[in-house]
Amino acid sequence: MKNSAETSETPSAPLPGRAVKIFGVGGAGVILSDALNHEEFAGATFVALDTDAASLAASTAPVKIHLESKLLRGLGTGGDPERGRALAEEQFATLQAACGGARAVFIAAGLGGGAGSGIAPVLARAAREAGALTLAFVTLPFACEGNRRRQQAEQGLEQLRSAADSVLTLPSQKLFKFIDENTTVLDTFRIADGLLAEGVRGIWQLLTRPGLIQIHFDDVCAVLRDGHAESAFAFVEAAGPARSREAVEKLLRHPLLDEGRALAEAETILISLLGGRDLTMAEVNRVMEQIGRQGDRARIVMGATLDAAMKDKLAVTLIAARNASWKSDTPPVTASPEALREAAPRYSVRPAPPPVTLEAGEPMATRRGGARREKPRMLQTQLPLTIVTKGRFDKSEPTIHQGEDLDIPTFVRRGVPLN
Amino acid sequence: MFDDSDIIVGLEIGTSKVCAVVGELNAEGALNIIGLGQARSRGVRKGEIVDPAQAEEDVRHAIVEAEQMADVEIRRVYLGVTGGHLRGFNNRGVHPVVSADREITEDDVQDVIKNAKAINLPAENSVIHAIRQHFSVDGQAGVTNPVGMLGSRLEVDMHVVHGITNRLQNSIRLVKGLQLDVEEIVFNGLAAALALLTGEQKELGALVIDIGGGTTDYVVYADGIIKHTGVLAVGGDHVSNDLAYGLKVPLSRAEKLKLEYGSALLDDDCRGRTVTLTNELGLPFKTVNLEHLRRIMSLRLEEIFQLIAQDLEHAGLFDYLRAGVFLCGGGARVPQIARLAERVLQMPVSLGRTNSISGLKSALDQPEFVAAIGLAKFGSLKTRKRHDQSRFKNLLGKLLPR
Repeated sequence: MKNSAETSETPSAPLPGRAVKIFGVGGAGVILSDALNHEEFAGATFVALDTDAASLAASTAPVKIHLESKLLRGLGTGGDPERGRALAEEQFATLQAACGGARAVFIAAGLGGGAGSGIAPVLARAAREAGALTLAFVTLPFACEGNRRRQQAEQGLEQLRSAADSVLTLPSQKLFKFIDENTTVLDTFRIADGLLAEGVRGIWQLLTRPGLIQIHFDDVCAVLRDGHAESAFAFVEAAGPARSREAVEKLLRHPLLDEGRALAEAETILISLLGGRDLTMAEVNRVMEQIGRQGDRARIVMGATLDAAMKDKLAVTLIAARNASWKSDTPPVTASPEALREAAPRYSVRPAPPPVTLEAGEPMATRRGGARREKPRMLQTQLPLTIVTKGRFDKSEPTIHQGEDLDIPTFVRRGVPLN
Repeated sequence: MFDDSDIIVGLEIGTSKVCAVVGELNAEGALNIIGLGQARSRGVRKGEIVDPAQAEEDVRHAIVEAEQMADVEIRRVYLGVTGGHLRGFNNRGVHPVVSADREITEDDVQDVIKNAKAINLPAENSVIHAIRQHFSVDGQAGVTNPVGMLGSRLEVDMHVVHGITNRLQNSIRLVKGLQLDVEEIVFNGLAAALALLTGEQKELGALVIDIGGGTTDYVVYADGIIKHTGVLAVGGDHVSNDLAYGLKVPLSRAEKLKLEYGSALLDDDCRGRTVTLTNELGLPFKTVNLEHLRRIMSLRLEEIFQLIAQDLEHAGLFDYLRAGVFLCGGGARVPQIARLAERVLQMPVSLGRTNSISGLKSALDQPEFVAAIGLAKFGSLKTRKRHDQSRFKNLLGKLLPR
């Protein structure tokens, strides 16, 4: 464990470095935590967590946790998040012990594979139960990595969102805006790691560095602490006399923030400014004014730090958090669906008693292509008591509306007798 | 003077009929219907083409008839599309105004519209319509033209109609195979609304329901702009099918019964009455209970309106429909259907009449052709805009010294 006495930061730091633990979970996570591990984060404990012994051996983290079981023999999950999750649940006590004593836990992982997607949510739960503020920083796979990885990543993200306090995602597809024709794959991954590291650094500064404008750790906790939050983040740097205006412009054009749209949709904005000793109040104000205007429905938490090395420069890390109150595949409706559902519906189709079935054995409800890989639930099928021929619609695609096949005659579905 | 570009043709490949409407733009830019061709449609189910060979033949038949009546050669059409796969939703685009003086320019407007168009559609879908609704400047809603206003955040609401690309391409390719150019594809419901609604009705808020053979399309206008669109893949065919199943008669017989004896409501006078079916020789072979017939039909039609009502309730649009509901399409011919709709929707319902369009009286009065006429009207509006733009450019060219 790194000795916190090495910390050269002032003792009146808002949060003592020792109380932050940074976990790198899974292959990508371990590489990322290695990329982070240098003096800047002195005082934090780095932990590498993986099922693959080889990746752990290559890591430079001071603490390594190898999750293994007899079946895997140190080889890894084989890209199956279920295995990763099962392993993590089995070793839950180990995870809890590892999180013990931390006031904040950062989890870095790459979603899509087995260890990251499977273990990270369980670790997040363990950290939360241990009472720490849990933040996850994850990458999402490229579109070219295929459907399976995407589905696994989405699932892992869902679980992580409910298990952690806040999740910062870096969809790898957005990296295409940072690279050109000649960037190598290795460099691209390095860029991805770099971006994620900036996010971690930004939050770290917010939590641990003293400065011009202080934020208390508890404030950050209160702001970030709620389920189902998703965030976008960006890091910009500007230099010269017009640095504040430049920094703001860069932020508003940043691809990771959807060119400013993420600000408008955000409910909480965390912003950390880092400048030299010559950072002026006016510059801070200018930045905050613009951000405030763009994100006018958001609560803004701001911190500013000074570093002599940043003379003439200004670096801004911004995290825009939004409560995902509905699933992303529902298109936005102008009226809020929650309010409507609460009001008693004026019209409802009479519930159809199901005496008649479709083709024998077919389940009544058809789910809309969900990537749900839960245990197969018992499906209640209907007995084929009356066969309804579809007549004209025999060979065409059935019209399914909210689980009902509208091609079946209405009077049949409603059980209206014809005497 | 016969300028080819003044001939506008709307083509609707429907489930029960294919129809082509030929219109002509007169000097003031108003639309005049000069020809109509139709053919029974055999290759279409639920609004989508299932048998391209037959559909092609039917389309050719309709086009030829229209050409003969209008005495023109048809080269370009506005194609109507529908189908259960179509979806409409409202999307909002946001754009921060970066200029120092915070004045909103034309570029900002273009940018925000581009943002609004960047929607996460499923990969297999493509956009049919992206219609501008209202702008919003710094939270102030209801702005129609923000250019010149001051603000830091510009938002626009757009109504987007999208559908599965492959199915849309099926129709387009079929038409192209007949050596016809597809100027644009238009959602049938939107076309019907264009044909029926006056500006005032659009302002007050109106719902247009096109009850066709394969699908029922519906569109809501309010505050002068389109607010909601939807397609229910249930139509007149379902009524016939229900009758065939319930009365145990073949489908063709069921259709005839529907047309002759059908009604949307059950009246007391049909109790106990029966209908005798005769075969080719004129000899009676089966009796059918009239009450059953009407009940089956009534239930199906009632369900269609209930589903539409549910959708509108979900979208929160009921309070906007001050001008009421307008019905069109073949299904609007069913006796008492307006009363049934009134009962379900609890709003004044009337049969839609095409307005501000002159020409063939026989075509304009019939509810089946409303969508096709609307396609022609859509085309006329587009052509008029293009003419205005080119006239403006010509004028500019003449004024500016070379």
